[in-house]
Amino acid sequence: MIVMKNVYKKYPNGVVAANGINIEIDPGEFVYVVGPSGAGKSTFIKMMYREETSTSGEIVINGVNLANLRNSQVPFLRRQIGVVFQDFKLLPKLNVYENVAFALEVIEESPKTIRKKVNDVLALVGLAQKSRMFPDELSGGEQQRVSIARSIVNSPKVVIADEPTGNLDPDTSWEIMRIFEQINARGTTIVMATHNREIVNTRRHRVIVVEGGLITRDEYEGEYSYES
Amino acid sequence: MKARTFGRHARESLKSLGRNSWMTFASTSAVTVTLLLVGAFIVIMMNLNQLADNIENDVEIKVVADPAADEAAVKELEEKVRSTAGVLEVVYSSRDDELNKMIQSFGDELSLYKQSNPLGDALYVKAKEPQKTAAIAKKIDTYDYTYEVVYGEGKVEKLFNVLNTSRNVGVVLILALLFTAMFLISNTIRITIVARKREIEIMKLVGATNSFVRIPFLLEGIWLGVLGAIIPMIVISVAYYNLHVYWAPRLQGELFQLLDTTPFIFQLNGLLLFMGVFIGAWGSFMSVRKFLRV
Repeated sequence: MIVMKNVYKKYPNGVVAANGINIEIDPGEFVYVVGPSGAGKSTFIKMMYREETSTSGEIVINGVNLANLRNSQVPFLRRQIGVVFQDFKLLPKLNVYENVAFALEVIEESPKTIRKKVNDVLALVGLAQKSRMFPDELSGGEQQRVSIARSIVNSPKVVIADEPTGNLDPDTSWEIMRIFEQINARGTTIVMATHNREIVNTRRHRVIVVEGGLITRDEYEGEYSYES
Repeated sequence: MKARTFGRHARESLKSLGRNSWMTFASTSAVTVTLLLVGAFIVIMMNLNQLADNIENDVEIKVVADPAADEAAVKELEEKVRSTAGVLEVVYSSRDDELNKMIQSFGDELSLYKQSNPLGDALYVKAKEPQKTAAIAKKIDTYDYTYEVVYGEGKVEKLFNVLNTSRNVGVVLILALLFTAMFLISNTIRITIVARKREIEIMKLVGATNSFVRIPFLLEGIWLGVLGAIIPMIVISVAYYNLHVYWAPRLQGELFQLLDTTPFIFQLNGLLLFMGVFIGAWGSFMSVRKFLRV
């Protein structure tokens, strides 16, 4: 599903964010990515949906080698990957329904398919009643649920979340975790970067620790801890 | 691209024109000014070209027969000229007619010469193709009984020189204006791109193709060009139509004739519209390429 071999990434300013990363993530896994800020977590995640390209090494997602991927093919890779951010990245002028539908409109789905998929996914995240509301009328947790709905509306095989609970209070964070586990239970691979110790230690899943551009620990049912 | 998608792009691009109304106004005005000048320039150039053509077509060779030649010899010369390759028509004018023409042009003093006419009979020769006038004139000059062979040597060349110089100056001016208009359009598009940064980011994340992201901006540029072309099209059409109504009857029979309004006005409008679209598309393309690395 996700394979990285000797992945090395050096930014133009000289910062080495990945210094030979090797990892393999199987379909249906739930993976936490932890580590101190600036350790290369974001780069590690961004390389998976080709927001960043590796300087050398091999990255294979769903059987596609990203090193050989032409720019024109990147959109088709992204359609197989859902991405969720700490700051939600919703469009303020669109309501809940439109924000989710947007993801299907830009890949030119038919209106009928869009209606069905959007309604299904809003029901899944528990926002069916609020589909006409605008982002600024929602709580942080609700906004994050919209963003999750958008990431999974196209039934991607992988959902990548970059600190999805970073802006949320503990109760809401649990709620978001519950939704991710629900999505995972349907067979979707989840890769989640997080700083939330409590969640990692309570909802036990595979833990990958990234420090200094390297994977320093990789444990199934691991705990949140790293040297620094 | 699906029709539904195109509709969406068209809506988005029109909305954005309204959102950045000041930039829309600025770049549309730039296109308007540019195209007004371009249009006026084309009207002038096309009509001057027409004049040059007319003059060129009007060039004839005057063959003066040797005054000593008798009637039979002149007749023989006329036949020979008439049978020369490339000659369209030959008009004979007797020595007396020639003298009368001179008297008309230069005054009665010359009527003294009526006693003893020093002129020769003349033949006015027109070539089938005006460009071959010089060659034909040279050929005729070799025939017997010719005294002098003249044609409008140099006049046409001079006119073309003037035309070319003015054309070059005009083209430089127009290019500078086109560049300004494109620059303004590309700035407008850049503002739109910046304003929609978040939307574009999300589009890219959820897998919109590059063309899907770019097309609304290209369309926006094209609208700017089209909007800018409307006023020049109307102004130039109306102005030329009225100019034609006023001047065409007064220029009857002159060498300089205005081009007919049809199809000229339609061709001109088509060209202006095309240039508007082109300026808009190109200006936008520059921005999209630079600021929209998708």
